[in-house]
Amino acid sequence: MTTYADILPQLLETLKPFAKKIGGLKETTDLVSELGLDSLQVMQVLLKIEDQFDISIPLNNLPNIRTVKDLGQEIENLLKG
Amino acid sequence: MSLFEKFRPIQQAREELLTNGINPFHLTIEKILSPTEAIINGRSTILVGTNNYLGLTFYPDCIEAGQKALAQEGTGTTGSRMANGSFLSHFKLEQAIADFYELPHAIVFSTGYQANLGILSALAGPGDVILLDGDSHASIYDGCRLGGAEIIRFKHNDVADLEKRLRRLGEKSQKTLIVVEGIYSMLGDRAPLAEIVAIKKQFGATLVVDEAHSLGVLGHNSRGLVEEVGVEQEVDCIVGTFSKSLGSTGGFAVSHHPEFELIRYTSRPYIFTASSCPSVVATTKAALHIIQTHPQLRKQLWDNANQLYEGLQKAGYLLGAEVGPIIAAMIPTKEMALSMWQGLLEQGVYVNLMIPPATPNGECLLRCSVSAAHTAEQLTHICKTFSNLKEQYLPSTSVA
Repeated sequence: MTTYADILPQLLETLKPFAKKIGGLKETTDLVSELGLDSLQVMQVLLKIEDQFDISIPLNNLPNIRTVKDLGQEIENLLKG
Repeated sequence: MSLFEKFRPIQQAREELLTNGINPFHLTIEKILSPTEAIINGRSTILVGTNNYLGLTFYPDCIEAGQKALAQEGTGTTGSRMANGSFLSHFKLEQAIADFYELPHAIVFSTGYQANLGILSALAGPGDVILLDGDSHASIYDGCRLGGAEIIRFKHNDVADLEKRLRRLGEKSQKTLIVVEGIYSMLGDRAPLAEIVAIKKQFGATLVVDEAHSLGVLGHNSRGLVEEVGVEQEVDCIVGTFSKSLGSTGGFAVSHHPEFELIRYTSRPYIFTASSCPSVVATTKAALHIIQTHPQLRKQLWDNANQLYEGLQKAGYLLGAEVGPIIAAMIPTKEMALSMWQGLLEQGVYVNLMIPPATPNGECLLRCSVSAAHTAEQLTHICKTFSNLKEQYLPSTSVA
């Protein structure tokens, strides 16, 4: 079973290109306010991550995803089914 | 902090627009003269941003029907159909729509927005899944939210992405509602419906098609994309509006499912709203009759669409999709789109300005909607005005 600990490094690697301006990513990095992604970029990142983990993130869950950690936990939950 | 604080970014954006003397989102049509002409800012203006595809808003038969209903049935129904009763004319309109589609069930809603809210929220609730095209209209998104289903977006018109997401759902795919549009409102492109129907059948899902922009426009009998593609038996529900090709206000849904009538008892946007007023019902029914008896209107619409598309293409604009009644010119920046929109208006041409976040892929668009009622001279003037603006704002370059 894929756990949060397995997911986090993969997630950080995927998000790395979007974090050039801030120098580095942490679990607490805010995806919108710190990475400065607009809504279109957020959707593009999510599409990439969905394919990477073979999941679909429901729109209903997006308001609860603020940080890298939130996103990692969401992926873990979806992989659990 | 006041609840009104959240409006501050909107206030700033509005003030920015007003500083430039432009507010495209607060336009006043001072006097409407015909389906394609109005007085705006004291100037006679050609309307090419109205969704009035067949130009029926001033059609004599429709006006006569509306006037007669107004005199005989009054100005309004003053209540909802569930609590206060339906007028006979509501049921007659529903029968006329069902007959038009050759389907057994039709339900009328007070607006097109409410039709999507009413149908989508009733069909998919908690425990169900909705897969909607990413470029869907706001009424589709809102309808999906209202029902409480899990909402997943698939890439616009991407059948492979839809299939992938259905596969990810496993057994839940059978409790999934797929929602697409016949013609998409921003760029005027069509859903790849034959392929979507095949995928829907493969996974046992349910399919709703919103024909808001394709009713009266596509299909041998003007029913829309579902008819044009020949999948009327495979689509579970068609939703549409009266406020475009039918030149009125209201919405509807049709289906072959026997349980469809039960939606009346579960759909809050159907139950808890005032029903359409009699004059609106009458003009809609008259317009539906016109669509069926005057196929030449559809032909004229397409002739006009071809003329405008070719004219704008010749002027050097990059256009959003294939030829159709929605023709969107893609403009490189928001500032340029705003200036060009104003320039068009000053030269007597009204189009829709579409800017992010309302547009797909962050595009800035000058969107035209063609009408069968446009004359060749009006279309020539529109093309000439676009061409002049191109010279003014983007000399010796292609808009891309």
